[in-house]
Amino acid sequence: MLELLRQPWPWYTSGAAIAFIMVLLLIFGKSFGFSSNLRTLCTLAGAGKRHQFFDFDWKTQKWNLLFLLGAVLGGVIAATLLKSEIPMALSQSTIDDLAKLNIIFDGQLNPSQLFGYQLISSPKGIVILLAGGALVGFGSRYAGGCTSGHAISGLSNLQLPSLLAVIGFFTGGLAMTHFLLPLIF
Amino acid sequence: MKGVKFILTGILFGIVMAKSEAISWYRIQEMFRFQSFHMYGIIGTAVILGMLAVYLIKKTKLRNIQGQPIVLHDKDKSWSRYLIGGSIFGLGWALTGACPGPMFVNIGYGYWAMIIVVLGALSGTYLYGTIKNKLPH
Repeated sequence: MLELLRQPWPWYTSGAAIAFIMVLLLIFGKSFGFSSNLRTLCTLAGAGKRHQFFDFDWKTQKWNLLFLLGAVLGGVIAATLLKSEIPMALSQSTIDDLAKLNIIFDGQLNPSQLFGYQLISSPKGIVILLAGGALVGFGSRYAGGCTSGHAISGLSNLQLPSLLAVIGFFTGGLAMTHFLLPLIF
Repeated sequence: MKGVKFILTGILFGIVMAKSEAISWYRIQEMFRFQSFHMYGIIGTAVILGMLAVYLIKKTKLRNIQGQPIVLHDKDKSWSRYLIGGSIFGLGWALTGACPGPMFVNIGYGYWAMIIVVLGALSGTYLYGTIKNKLPH
């Protein structure tokens, strides 16, 4: 059984599990949306004293912080108990495209050039990660949700605003991938 | 303790995201280059099964564990915030290869550099909270 779980999971098991998690949270009386945690963390850091947007009772969001904690632990379990030694089956055309940007596919989940230890000595890399994170944080709050809140919860509930948000996610993602990444790397 | 079920659900989420490689920067690049069905398969399956589940929840008037009817709130009507905010999100998604959930799963997986991405995301969220009233919504 453990051997089977260690293999990379096919997309359909993962999609089904995500839908199951969304339903489970609804049954628990909550709704699936991860990025609100970023707002709660700002409130915990004291942002509520300065700005009204962060002035709310964070305890109503305690459940989501516990979910976040679980997500980190899930990552630990996947990297230890369930780690697969098989290199990721990334498409050859993506490997070739990234090579043109001088980003090497190393068979791991993330390129060590961007996320490895050599990053510490690379101011450019740190700026890229900080700026990218800031865009995600700003954009998800502005759009009122991220992939879990809009693409999964919102689309499942046939919300037109969520469809608009997902169109936005892809507009930005395509612009970054095809026009900006060649300028950045 | 009532909170344990949320930790366990989070653990399942983390394992699923990592084992299906949805936390991979490479996979996000592959998706935005339309070079594999993998990520579309994950999101597509989740959305189709999610739609079916939400339909059944509404149809059967299912109640949650507190005995209350399950209410799904409609999103605010607007187009500017979703298209503009969504596009800004997308720029960051393709650059870092991570949306808010996978950032944290990646930290657990051992990609410590994702802490920098999370710090960026917190500062972006904070910036939104400070200039919210000046933005078109």
